[in-house]
Amino acid sequence: MSTATDTPPQNTYRSGPDEQGHFGLFGGRFVAETLMPLILELEQAYADAQADPSFQAELDALLAHYAGRPSPLYFAERLTEHLGGAKIYFKRDELNHTGSHKINNCLGQIQLARRMGRTRIIAETGAGQHGVAVATVAARFGLPCVIYMGATDIERQRPNVFRMKLLGAEVKAVTSGSGTLKDAMNDALRDWVANVHDTFYIIGTVAGPHPYPAMVRDFQSVIGKETRAQMMEREGRLPDTLVACIGGGSNAMGLFHNFLDDPSVSIYGVEAGGHGIDVDNGHAASMTGGKPGVLHGNRTYLLQDDDGQILEGHSISAGLDYPGVGPEHSWLKDSGRVTYVSVTDKEALVAFQLCTKLEGIIPALEPSHALAHVMKLAPTLPSDNLLVMNMCGRGDKDIFAVAEHLHMEM
Amino acid sequence: MMTRIDKKFTELKRQGRAGLVTFITAGDPDYDTSLAILKGLPDAGADIIEIGMPFSDPMADGPAIQASSLRALKAGQTMKKTLSMVREFRVKDDTTPIVLMGYYNPIYVYPVDRFVADAVEAGTDGLIVVDLPPEEDEELRPAAIAAGMNVIRLATPTTDAKRLPAVLSNTSGFVYYVSIAGITGTAAPDIHSVEAHVGWIKGNTSLPIAVGFGVKTEDQVSAFASVAEGVVVGSALVSALAQSLDGDGKATEATKPELLGLVERLSSVLRHPAETVAV
Ligand SMILES: Cc1ncc(COP(=O)(O)O)c(C=O)c1O
Repeated sequence: MSTATDTPPQNTYRSGPDEQGHFGLFGGRFVAETLMPLILELEQAYADAQADPSFQAELDALLAHYAGRPSPLYFAERLTEHLGGAKIYFKRDELNHTGSHKINNCLGQIQLARRMGRTRIIAETGAGQHGVAVATVAARFGLPCVIYMGATDIERQRPNVFRMKLLGAEVKAVTSGSGTLKDAMNDALRDWVANVHDTFYIIGTVAGPHPYPAMVRDFQSVIGKETRAQMMEREGRLPDTLVACIGGGSNAMGLFHNFLDDPSVSIYGVEAGGHGIDVDNGHAASMTGGKPGVLHGNRTYLLQDDDGQILEGHSISAGLDYPGVGPEHSWLKDSGRVTYVSVTDKEALVAFQLCTKLEGIIPALEPSHALAHVMKLAPTLPSDNLLVMNMCGRGDKDIFAVAEHLHMEM
Repeated sequence: MMTRIDKKFTELKRQGRAGLVTFITAGDPDYDTSLAILKGLPDAGADIIEIGMPFSDPMADGPAIQASSLRALKAGQTMKKTLSMVREFRVKDDTTPIVLMGYYNPIYVYPVDRFVADAVEAGTDGLIVVDLPPEEDEELRPAAIAAGMNVIRLATPTTDAKRLPAVLSNTSGFVYYVSIAGITGTAAPDIHSVEAHVGWIKGNTSLPIAVGFGVKTEDQVSAFASVAEGVVVGSALVSALAQSLDGDGKATEATKPELLGLVERLSSVLRHPAETVAV
């Protein structure tokens, strides 16, 4: 029935996707015919850019001087002491310009948009971090941009909405469906279909139709490349354990990809368990609590009911509140290379506070999920186990939501 | 094998006119009303009926069809119920072609082989799966065709010479020309551009062509009827249905007659072109 259910035996986890954009069963190009020619054009343009050394050189310069890369690899000494186990490092992508890893991808895609002669930028956003990063690069290159954001998310991420507006973006409130990230993505795709002649769609995670999952992964892979070099320099060897949170999965793919073929490295992706995986429609853990389906241009694990209708899901973190996940993660899950787990809203809030108090770093609620898993995992590991957690965003945007959840006065 | 769709287009050709293809969403605003409308469509003048299989995330649809999809789901519509509507329709009508149109996920999880069997058994003649382009439809198309259904592909204003052969290959029934680069029911299509594109596609296939996505008025129906074998009206019908509902989104006495009345007006343009001109 399916074209590629079985993945051939392999000695690399880093060769995907195939020419049709499939990672085994997952991925692909499930889009309306109107978009097909554009997606093929984008694929060609991206291949050309990859073959052109000046493209990477320009991007490297922007990453260094505009985004502030490389981000530090920081030894979280007090947290390590507190948890009493693995030696915990943070990959400090929250120190990037705009406060998260999202800028890595946005700089890459806007360079591609410019190469392709596109004059208008659109994007979807959940937590608003991707929206802010897109609005930022659009401002930097003088291109008009429209950001689709669910009405529900606009309410819970007010500071980011204001930042986008300051940067000159038009923020369109999405009321269709449930007014969250998946609906914002639907409306961005609808915009794209209607404005194919001049518009470039900057997708914010490793999802969407091919070539987006591979392209966004490539742009985010700078995280893992740096981590490898930094760890070699610091400790003289590879890390043993990697941990990252999963919304669509871009910060995680960015950290993981470089290490997939190093069997000594254990890799954990942390999904948003919301109120708990057992609570019906009460979480956003597509891999631990969903099943394969087709949405937003690719086949992947999805939160859905028995009739194939997509569920909203829930997470305290607007950035993880997505019913799908990048197709490469679905494939890594089924192949067993990466272990996917989930943590609840409550556990993430505890981790958020612990990190703030012990390390003087206010994490975003998204990496707070990764940290909550580190809190469980680190104590079970020996003290010479080198663990890297992707601190992919800072928590400034979340302080209002956290105050509300903790019943604190601001 | 001649399907009901093939027979219908042969008959339309004999009559020397284009056909009216009507779209409604299954289960909108509720199962019974939707079924009653469905049963009334042929007498109101629908030549071919497209039934939308509701989906939570209809990416290629504008606000009218999005809302209708959500109304149907809220009223409890499922794929099983959509197929049972087709089955109930077939009890009294064995000639009007029915095309199921929608998105892939509800078919994929049904799953595909059982969906194909159940759809054929219910009396479905064709499938349009919006987010299953030629590059991905191998997992559905051969099975559907083998079971006796037509698989209808979309050609759009962005379909270029490089892609057209792929779009036209292994397809049957008719070609659905999407008249605008956009989502359903939004921009008004430009007749000259549609005429040029349809003419170009006709040079590459012997299949009939139906045009749709922005067709609302009687004038548009009449204009497109002069360039294609079929004219699809969807959002306009779904919007008329929405306007007939009460404050809670429930069907009223007016729902069925208003919708079927609109279909009658649109179809009379195709059946009595001379009279329309005279009016
Ligand atoms: C800080 C941060 N981390 C993670 C995510 C989730 O996205 P991804 O899984 O693609 O990294 C978001 C999304 O908004 C985010 O803002």
